Amino acid sequence: MSKKVAFLQGNEAAAHGALYAGCNFFGGYPITPSTEVAEVMSVELPKIGGKFVQMEDEIGAMAAILGASLAGSKVLTSTSGPGLSLKQELIGYGCIAEIPCVVYNVMRGGPSTGMPTGPSQSDVMAAKWGTHGDHPAICLVPASVQETYEEVIRAFNLSEKYRTPVMVMPDEIVAHMRERIVFPEQGEVEVVSRKSPSVSPEQYKPYDTSFGDVPPLASFGSGYKFHVTGLNKMQDGFPTTKAEIVQAEEERQVRKVEANADDIVTFEEYQLDDADVVVIAYGSTSRSARYAVNAAREQGLKAGMFRIKTFWPFPDKQIKALAGKVKGFIVPEMNLGMCANEVERCAQGKAPIHGIFRVDGEPINPDQILDKMKEVK
Amino acid sequence: MSRYELRFSGAGGQGLITAGIIMAKAASIYEGKQAVQSQSYGPEARGGASKSEVIISDGPIDYPKVTQCDALLAMTQEAANKYSHDLKEGGVLLIDSDLVVKIPEGNFKTVSFPIINTAKNDVGREIVANIVALGAMVALTGQVSRENAEKAVLSSVPEAFLELNKKAFSMGYEKALAASA
Repeated sequence: MSKKVAFLQGNEAAAHGALYAGCNFFGGYPITPSTEVAEVMSVELPKIGGKFVQMEDEIGAMAAILGASLAGSKVLTSTSGPGLSLKQELIGYGCIAEIPCVVYNVMRGGPSTGMPTGPSQSDVMAAKWGTHGDHPAICLVPASVQETYEEVIRAFNLSEKYRTPVMVMPDEIVAHMRERIVFPEQGEVEVVSRKSPSVSPEQYKPYDTSFGDVPPLASFGSGYKFHVTGLNKMQDGFPTTKAEIVQAEEERQVRKVEANADDIVTFEEYQLDDADVVVIAYGSTSRSARYAVNAAREQGLKAGMFRIKTFWPFPDKQIKALAGKVKGFIVPEMNLGMCANEVERCAQGKAPIHGIFRVDGEPINPDQILDKMKEVK
Repeated sequence: MSRYELRFSGAGGQGLITAGIIMAKAASIYEGKQAVQSQSYGPEARGGASKSEVIISDGPIDYPKVTQCDALLAMTQEAANKYSHDLKEGGVLLIDSDLVVKIPEGNFKTVSFPIINTAKNDVGREIVANIVALGAMVALTGQVSRENAEKAVLSSVPEAFLELNKKAFSMGYEKALAASA
């Protein structure tokens, strides 16, 4: 019963989650509404012998965490829309060079400078397609302060396990909202670290697929020497244009995440058993949806919610299955229909999709969702 | 399930976000209830509209923003005009009588006293006006006990200013009770 509790903001919780997961390097550049993560890390990391670096810009920050990760650190950067745009080239570098890292991006109004203090959910496609080329994408979208803490830990675990960048994307409401949080004890939540090589430095290849789709990663400075590049590469890390190697490697990089969707994808089913109108929501919008579902149930409507916790990989399988059972989906989101398009792709015409899209910097309120439920009925 | 909604509104720099945080902390950490605090503000560091919202409940809180306000603090005329129409019937409006001269009308109870001037002249520092306002809101809303709210204040301010904030909180609490009697 003596668990440590605190009243924290989503961003502060994110920083503490990173520390729990073993983060010992932060490279960043301050930007509203994510700066509190950097503030907490700048205070806490020096206490545990970690490093906090404020770089010259967001590009430098992304480069710094990739380098630190290759040297064996668990790394974090935090940013928001315009910063995410700047980081995209190096996020692609992290994907192809297979460097574990966590990018925490608070969604504010966009594009460009947009609305720095206004909430948004319009970066969810940038989490998958912001950097060019085929590549794996993992993106988590927490809905509370406690969940932000937990999902940042999970992001570190996934990035270490699958050797790839992982994004955590709360909207500004979740990031700046304050709630009570209960901290887990050390050892209570699983913490995963990357596989180290079991072979000698002479035999080591950084992309040796004989160890599976996620090859072990040596740390620079530990006696293992290897080549890292943004070019398509061979098992030893040196560039190649050999068609069969490039094809196989590209497919492996995407497969290591997509084939493990069941391990990565998380969601919550709320009042779905008999629901004929299902709201598909994520982040703070899911809190409005839950309020609306409760109100609808009181009025005798069979409403439910499918809450997306992992946006990428998208919960294709689950939404496909639901589509055959419901009268319609309602997708409320603070963008002009990014998630709705994905739902439509999954529903394959089996259920109509009703969007509620807001980009005015105001949250979607429960009444908007409730009104839409009545229309769908 | 009880859901009680408070809004602290005014201008950036008045400390309203802090006041909201302390109210929510009092409810959630010391009173054993659940609470969520959220905020919205402009890009300016000072000036511009600012608001802090607090939802207090006995059970889990889903929507973190105000739907129908139970208690509103307005520290500018603009905030009073803009938000008073969201007040529930029977709700309570607290205003600074020097700053809000056009008193909004509606089916709610209005309590007014010079909040900033109380901080400046009675407590001795204008900067604690937000804690004076918080003390008043605690008295008027009854969502958290005076003791728990004071604990939350004292755990949220720098050690060198404990007495100052304690005094500001008490002064706000007492003046609001007197003004609403």
